[in-house]
Amino acid sequence: MTVLQKKAHNPIGHLTPEDIEQLGVELDAIRQSVIDTRGADDAAYIRKVIATQRKLELGSRAVLLVSMFPPAWLVGTAGLAVAKIIENMEIGHNVMHGQWDWMRDPKIHSTTWEWDNASPSEQWKHSHNELHHTYTNVIGKDNDLGYGIMRVDEDQRWVPLYAAQPLWNFVNACFFEYGIAAYDLELGKNLATKERRQDPDFRARAKVTLKKIRNQMTKDYVIHPLLSGPSFLNTLAANATANLIRNLWTHSVIMCGHFPEGVETFERKSIVGETRGEWYVRQMLGSANISGSKAMHFMSGNLSFQIEHHLFPDLPSNRYQQIAPQVQDLFRRYGLTYTTGSLPRQVASAWKKVIRLSLPNDFLGRGRGASVTDLPASEPAREHVAA
Amino acid sequence: MSLTAPSTRATRPSLRRRFLQLAERATSPLLPADYLDLFDPLRPGADLRGRIVAVHPETADAATIVIRPGADWAGHVPGQYVRIGVDVDGIRQWRAYSLTHGPRADGNISITVKAVPDGLVSTHLVRESQPGTLVHLEQAQGEFVLPTDGGKLLFVTAGSGVTPVIGMLRNLYPVADDGVVRLARSTAYDIVVVHVAPSEPHSIFIDNLRALDEAGLIRLVARYDDEHGVLDVADLDTLVPDLHERKTLACGPGGLLDALQRHHDERGLDLLTEQFRVTTLVVGEGGTVDFTSSGTTVDADGGTPILDAAEAAGVLMPSGCRMGICFGCVLPLREGAVRDLRTGAVTTATPGETEGQGVPIQTCISAAAGACVIDH
Repeated sequence: MTVLQKKAHNPIGHLTPEDIEQLGVELDAIRQSVIDTRGADDAAYIRKVIATQRKLELGSRAVLLVSMFPPAWLVGTAGLAVAKIIENMEIGHNVMHGQWDWMRDPKIHSTTWEWDNASPSEQWKHSHNELHHTYTNVIGKDNDLGYGIMRVDEDQRWVPLYAAQPLWNFVNACFFEYGIAAYDLELGKNLATKERRQDPDFRARAKVTLKKIRNQMTKDYVIHPLLSGPSFLNTLAANATANLIRNLWTHSVIMCGHFPEGVETFERKSIVGETRGEWYVRQMLGSANISGSKAMHFMSGNLSFQIEHHLFPDLPSNRYQQIAPQVQDLFRRYGLTYTTGSLPRQVASAWKKVIRLSLPNDFLGRGRGASVTDLPASEPAREHVAA
Repeated sequence: MSLTAPSTRATRPSLRRRFLQLAERATSPLLPADYLDLFDPLRPGADLRGRIVAVHPETADAATIVIRPGADWAGHVPGQYVRIGVDVDGIRQWRAYSLTHGPRADGNISITVKAVPDGLVSTHLVRESQPGTLVHLEQAQGEFVLPTDGGKLLFVTAGSGVTPVIGMLRNLYPVADDGVVRLARSTAYDIVVVHVAPSEPHSIFIDNLRALDEAGLIRLVARYDDEHGVLDVADLDTLVPDLHERKTLACGPGGLLDALQRHHDERGLDLLTEQFRVTTLVVGEGGTVDFTSSGTTVDADGGTPILDAAEAAGVLMPSGCRMGICFGCVLPLREGAVRDLRTGAVTTATPGETEGQGVPIQTCISAAAGACVIDH
């Protein structure tokens, strides 16, 4: 579970460079088969999801106008939380990936979409689409690994601050949308020195983020409570609760994507001169799926098909489920591990890792670092990856 | 009343504005329109759309589509065209069609579409469009319209090029159940129509033209390729003996219009034309096209308009008539070379040498002639 090249058992040691290229060809074929059949049904799907989400949001907010009545509060809060989750996951995340750009509908397009979240879409697209999806699970390049505030790999040096990371992770989960906004602004890095703080580009981006946050807060914590009149405080609490539920849910789903046991990480130098096939292999080993019901897949924005999503980030999300059996078959034929598990299991696995790595590697007497740093068996495999 | 009335008037706009601001704050980051569109996409203030209310077959491969336009439709003059955005296989496609009628009593508009071979949109509209479907519209535009002051006119139409002319004629000579209505304003016109088509059964609107001819309102000269041979424009001198007294309006493919232009220029006659389809004359080498704002790079071959290549790659492009007329698709070429598909002319831009922010090019008739950088 540490940097791939140092593992005792290299999960791709049995593959030749030719195997990896052939695997890339097969994945390209799966991708093309989806592109060739994209059409009216897919367009109808996303339009229906968007229309349903907006009606659910309108209805929930309408019910919350009388949120002083407990049943109205419960129904409205639940509806709004679900609407916000759908908006962020199945709609926003996927539209901003360009999954629906092929429809040429300016209202459902990655360049025009703005989502119900603290981070402005423009900044999120840069840090997520360009950095995370390109450098998936490469230590030091993919900041999604621990979001710069946590230790998520044995190879990251332990410092005492990490002892509190279970707490950070929980706080981050509760305020996840602001965590994402801070992360997209690279706040840690950009606030570190005076020079960076005064960089005009950073200041401009920070201004955009603050305006977005102000608009978001005005909507949820001023306008809608005011519209509720005597139910002001109840609606305010309802909106805060819906945002909290959305934050906890999205954080859980996203933790399941790359943190659970079984997911591999990669060294910075391993991706120099990486081929298309090698890039695919990194996505396959660096992501984990969540198994579950149709409703769970939908509410996760089909990020429960994280492996399929990472292989083909710009294919329509409704198609991941459809190609999953083909992708699994590919894993089986090439002897690779398709990491998947139920939501509770994967969330627990990810949390376990966060807690374990909050302590130094040898703290519990299961030192890994020392035993795996020099394994000749992994040498040939390293050449494959770095070739 | 006299005291309060002015103050009410003065505060009304600001109240309205405040209400709109409040609504926008309540729906941020979306707009109130995004929610209203769910319930009434044709309401005043919405993006211009229309709903198909009927599809009437005209011939084996042509149909008239009747559309109820949104509340903000500003009306049109017969012969103008309208740009319609239709989703075909889930992909928004924009095409320009002539409006084949004057203002209708029911407030609807209609277009007549002939399914052309390989015509993605025309085939979809003729064979698959259903009443109830929402389409996207732009306001009517175009200068190929009926002169308002009457006079002696000659219409030369080829194939589906008859459609804007039918629009003008229907407006002049409305057909009611009991025959053609003779309007006072129509007596000032003396019209000859030379209509060309490959063969008779495929000639759309021919019944319409024939009825007007039989009623003595126009003179129809129908020429079918399989019966009379392909029309030589020089024959117009004999087909229309008083040609020199007439103003000619022609609508059809580029080849016919070019021949007519030469013919009329030689004789010093007036000609107003409307080309229906871009004819690709030249194919050069293609290249990559970089779009600066979106950061997208598109591989475009030398025979495909940059507009089509970019759209196929998922870039949202401004577009208009798609035939080099309306300049709705113009974008600045920052760097590189493009070729005009109609003339072969090459336009180049070099950073530092080209003035301003680049050379404006029409992306609908320009293909890449090497690597290009476009501001968009």
